[in-house]
Amino acid sequence: MKFETIIIGGGLTGLLCGIRLAKEGVRCAIVSTGQSALHFSSGSFDLLNRLPDGTMVDNPIEAVNELIRQNPEHPYSRIGVERFATLAAEATSLLIEAGIDVEGDALHNHFRLTPVGYLKPTWLTISGYVRSEHADKLPWQRIALFNITGFLDFHPQFLSDAIRRFGGACSQHTIDLSALQTLRENPSEMRSTNIARVFDRVEVLEELARIIKESAGDADVVMMPAVLGIDRNDGAKRLTSMVGRPVRMVATLPPSVPGIQTQIALRRYFQQLGGIYMLGDTAVNYNIENDMIKAVYTVNHGGDPLFADNFVLATGSYFSRGIETTAEGKLTESLFGVDTLYLSERKSWYNRDLFETQPFERFGLAADSEQRALRGGHSIRNLYVAGAGLAGFNAVKEGCGAGVSMLTALFAASRILQKI
Amino acid sequence: MIKEFDVIIIGGGATGAGVLRDCSLRGIRALLLERGDIATGATGRNHGLLHSGARYAVTDRESAEECIRENLILRRVAKHCVEETDGLFLSLPEDGLEFQSRFVEACRGAGIRAEVIDPKEALRLEPSANPSMIGAVRVPDGAIDPFRLTTANILDAKLHGAEVLTYHELLGFIREQDRIVGVEAIDRRSGERKEFRARIVVNAAGIWGHEIARKTGVTINMLPAKGSLLIFGHRVNNIVLNRCRKPADADILVPGDTISLIGTTSSKVPFEEIDNMYVTAEEVDLLLREGMKLAPSLAYTRILRAYAGVRPLVASDDDPSGRSVSRGIVVLDHAVRDGLEGFITITGGKLMTYRLMAEWTTDLICKKLHVVARCVTAEEPLPGSRESEERVAQHLHTLPVAQRFSTIYRHGEMAEQVDANDAHKRSLVCECEEVSVGEVEYALNELDVTNLVDLRRRTRVGMGTCQGELCACRAAGLLTESGRYCARQAKQDLVHFLNERWKGMAPVAWGDTLRESEFTMWLYDGVCGLTNTQNTEQ
Repeated sequence: MKFETIIIGGGLTGLLCGIRLAKEGVRCAIVSTGQSALHFSSGSFDLLNRLPDGTMVDNPIEAVNELIRQNPEHPYSRIGVERFATLAAEATSLLIEAGIDVEGDALHNHFRLTPVGYLKPTWLTISGYVRSEHADKLPWQRIALFNITGFLDFHPQFLSDAIRRFGGACSQHTIDLSALQTLRENPSEMRSTNIARVFDRVEVLEELARIIKESAGDADVVMMPAVLGIDRNDGAKRLTSMVGRPVRMVATLPPSVPGIQTQIALRRYFQQLGGIYMLGDTAVNYNIENDMIKAVYTVNHGGDPLFADNFVLATGSYFSRGIETTAEGKLTESLFGVDTLYLSERKSWYNRDLFETQPFERFGLAADSEQRALRGGHSIRNLYVAGAGLAGFNAVKEGCGAGVSMLTALFAASRILQKI
Repeated sequence: MIKEFDVIIIGGGATGAGVLRDCSLRGIRALLLERGDIATGATGRNHGLLHSGARYAVTDRESAEECIRENLILRRVAKHCVEETDGLFLSLPEDGLEFQSRFVEACRGAGIRAEVIDPKEALRLEPSANPSMIGAVRVPDGAIDPFRLTTANILDAKLHGAEVLTYHELLGFIREQDRIVGVEAIDRRSGERKEFRARIVVNAAGIWGHEIARKTGVTINMLPAKGSLLIFGHRVNNIVLNRCRKPADADILVPGDTISLIGTTSSKVPFEEIDNMYVTAEEVDLLLREGMKLAPSLAYTRILRAYAGVRPLVASDDDPSGRSVSRGIVVLDHAVRDGLEGFITITGGKLMTYRLMAEWTTDLICKKLHVVARCVTAEEPLPGSRESEERVAQHLHTLPVAQRFSTIYRHGEMAEQVDANDAHKRSLVCECEEVSVGEVEYALNELDVTNLVDLRRRTRVGMGTCQGELCACRAAGLLTESGRYCARQAKQDLVHFLNERWKGMAPVAWGDTLRESEFTMWLYDGVCGLTNTQNTEQ
């Protein structure tokens, strides 16, 4: 099979890159194992929350210059200050085009409510989720907080405590729907995605609306766990109109309904644009000639090579197995064996306090100024790397995980488009 | 407020819990003070090996004989804590076969069944064993769960009127002339200082007993020897694997519950370090290197965590490894030894002999208190070991099968106290170990659980493959709902739990363990926003 570009990795990075290219008519294929870090998403996308020296960021576009000064190894350095704002805007429009209704501004971070009741800065939040313009208060006074009986991945106590801390009044309610009885009978089935599938049914959503309406009293807003919408993503909106007041969701423990929803929406959009999404397939081998990748081989296609002019490596970091580590203290990229950046002694990889900065979080793939992979220090001329696997940043501490994924995806796409 | 008892026991390890139970079964009013949670010292930080005594047969006949006697007793009275796995002593080409004949002879001399079997037969019995072995001996080793064992002792003692205060740290002793008459302690959670009076105080604090004795002016020379172990992600072996040679590093691989563990290293550590033991990268490498010789598949088995305990050995010479130091039981009557009445130290020994240590200590207590009562702990089964599994299973037929047997496995007939009446109580908090809401609530109400780390010791929540990835947060929610603590404390507790877990994971953080750690950071620091700083600020 022959494509113009093959992207390895079908998470946020791979999909956004594919969408960008497919929109320009590039014949694209994505090879995806199926699961991605999106399955653990918060329902928001971070661009830049904190500089390496600890300074909180309000305006990511303004702060990126200082970020690059403090950490020249950061993937945003390659993108540069000028392109940063453009790519951030482009990422936002692509999400919206794909049907993911996000709100937010790269000139001003807003705040999302976390599952344990903190307000954390972020860039974009999917509509229907709790967001606030302030770090220390919510936009409502009287809040009715609902959970579903037997759902253990959401703890209203954390949130009711937070609501009071932020100066609001909170009433707590539990919902016991007969439609959920079957799930409840099996002790491991009461998980967010299973519940969301039940609520995808109109009659169940109507029943839910009726119960909420009955018990929400005079609350300004209804808050509930993120258990609405796997097949459709207008759950909160529909519930809002049925209940007659805003219904807002808060992220749960994984699996993440908004994350899976995002993944599905992006994949559909990519396919609508003519992209080929090879789900449940893994790239295992490749051909290289004159510093150019010629083809990759996958499990499902066996000896049948997948040829392309350009390749994008978007296989993620440790979690997604884009990079792997061994007891001997080696960090390798699993498919092409491209250059990686890390500290060679295993004991220097970690900090004893889990919540401190962990050195291993900055390890990852090396790349040249065009974001191309290297082997033995030489650029592979048609292999671009993007996303969480890149070296030089700390997604959690800097609050830039989604931003790095999306912006480096679009940067790789722009390099490829420039060549065509 | 001053409360009076006959006996106060310092230390909530297996020994302290054993003394508490023995005392209360003999009608002696006893109080146990523990500065942390039960089974947090050496009790919970060893192999969990139900020694047959074979390991000591060549070097320490007395210990070997004690072991096999207690081994047979525990199989009976603590059957819900014991797995009858048997053990193999493998001779590898580098070990030679010379040791084997001495070993078998010594075992038989000590009354330990030791059966020389063909290496091919050994491999058939235990396919994970090193196929290049040149000899194998089968002995009656087993596995024992030290947390369950300690919990059962405490539970029974409380049923017989004993009191237990965890998170109570000893501040000092109350003296009248040359007699100890009580202790002053601090409740570490409320900060309240309390006095307790008793006619006898028992020092059963393991390695920490060194410092406790010093508070009375008495010196006991203890030797802190660190032993590190690794826990693997699944049961690699079903029979305990030992090296048939003189005891050395990393030569025992024990299956237990859903995992296997290899240990130990042995190194002298200063007393300043005993409260905070970290396993080093070098120790991990050594354990893995040696462990692979017992079971080659360890090379590619996921390691869940590393941990280290401190052996409370009573020093008799200056052996830096601490290995040739006597493991024998030491009961010190300080009245006789130091002219100090009302103070007893019980030390030395090992998990295997905790019951015997308790028996000897309680015999001495009885003598001092002029109580005439026979020890019955060798005959009376512990709570959890009193009914057959089949009968309990019949009672719990409404539970899903996996959950039913996990609960019975952990609690024996006490599983009947776990509320499983509705779907909510049956919903799973921890999927790796099949722990239900009902079981968590049982532990909270009946087993002195105050935080997530305590809960892990009682129920195995968070001990499975994911090491508490999601169940920690679920359990924290249940603790908050039960009113055990407020949301702020719950978050602090989560941070504490995750850091305890990380302490064990960091030394083995590569491959899948590093993967899991990255996920933890994304979830708790990233998605949830838990950090140390935020928790101290609020």
